Amino acid sequence: MVLDYFVLGAGATGLNTGDILATAVIFLILMLLLKKFAWGPLMDVMQQREELVSSEIDAAEKARKEAQTLLEEQQAILKEARTEAQTILEGAKKQADASKEEIVSAARAEAARLKESAVRDIEAEKEKAIAAVREEVVSLSVLAASKVLGKEISEADNSALIKETIAKAGEAK
Amino acid sequence: MDHTSPEAHLDLGFMTLTFNLSTVLMLVVSAVIVFLIAFVSTRSLALKPTGMQNFMEWILDFVKNIIGGNMDWKTGRSFHILGITLIMFIAISNLLGLPFAIVYNHTLWWKSPTADPTVTMTLATLVVVLSHYYGVKYQGTGGYVKNTYFKPMSFMFPLKVIEEFANTLTLGLRLYGNIYAGEVLLGLIAGIGGASIFGWFGMLIPGLAWQGFSIFIGFIQAFIFTMLTMVYISHKVSADH
Repeated sequence: MVLDYFVLGAGATGLNTGDILATAVIFLILMLLLKKFAWGPLMDVMQQREELVSSEIDAAEKARKEAQTLLEEQQAILKEARTEAQTILEGAKKQADASKEEIVSAARAEAARLKESAVRDIEAEKEKAIAAVREEVVSLSVLAASKVLGKEISEADNSALIKETIAKAGEAK
Repeated sequence: MDHTSPEAHLDLGFMTLTFNLSTVLMLVVSAVIVFLIAFVSTRSLALKPTGMQNFMEWILDFVKNIIGGNMDWKTGRSFHILGITLIMFIAISNLLGLPFAIVYNHTLWWKSPTADPTVTMTLATLVVVLSHYYGVKYQGTGGYVKNTYFKPMSFMFPLKVIEEFANTLTLGLRLYGNIYAGEVLLGLIAGIGGASIFGWFGMLIPGLAWQGFSIFIGFIQAFIFTMLTMVYISHKVSADH
């Protein structure tokens, strides 16, 4: 056959129709088997991984946002707490100042009162002492006078005279 | 170098199917190896990939990038499995003939299946037919005809028709040529090695170099085939090309 010259290959003498069939069939069967047993499952796994990665990225993004919100919230709370503490401190200071004033003034008033009563006591004691001294002086004078005169003078009669004398003496002093 | 192929004929009555048994054998071996690699590496799948799963995922991403470079991923994802299977099947097929060739009774049994033009042309035709099918599916019959044959200018229609056949032919024969040439040269170098003790030492360095280069070529051709597949498909499924 003339066409034999177009046939390529080692030792081939004609068109190997059987080889064509065999190649096509073997290749197609191989492709189907691989699809079922190898590429199919492998592609599924790769697809799953893709989905997993993208969902993980989404989750991470979400978690980051959540953390950001929480952080802001915490910061706001912290700020609030700080202000509150400041207010409480200031209030306590003010109150302490006020009670200090109160205590000091109370102490001052107490001291003044004590002093006054002490002065009053002293005054009274003094009066009393002076009166006592006066009585004594009267009796002594009477005693002395009676002794000098040698005559019994009733105390009541002379006491007025004596008192007058003493008063005079007091005025002269 | 004059090996014959083990041929078998199957009479179907209206036509006779001719099988090159070594090609069929090597196709099955490649398919089994690819399937085992993929099957074993995807046994213990985890969200946190380990070991072979990493490698498989790397291949998936690699093909995904090839597709992504040609069309948007929404349409491209339908061709993901085709792309992965193509690149692995062709890469493994290319590598199979490298370590050794087995010749039994002057019959070549072990070789790269892709060193057979029938195999590569079948794969190429499969891909191009698929691209036409998806062209009709995504653009409708009218859109497909207009997009494929009358763009950018309607007078280019003859060229566009030729292009479809040229695409198929180059896609298949590029792969075949690279791998077949690689095997021929490997066979020659091995022949030198077998000739004498001097030949054995003489071929050591070129043999190593060519083996390494052939491994490189094997992966590159698998990549190119997959890449061009996606380019052709994208020309058909998207209107903006």
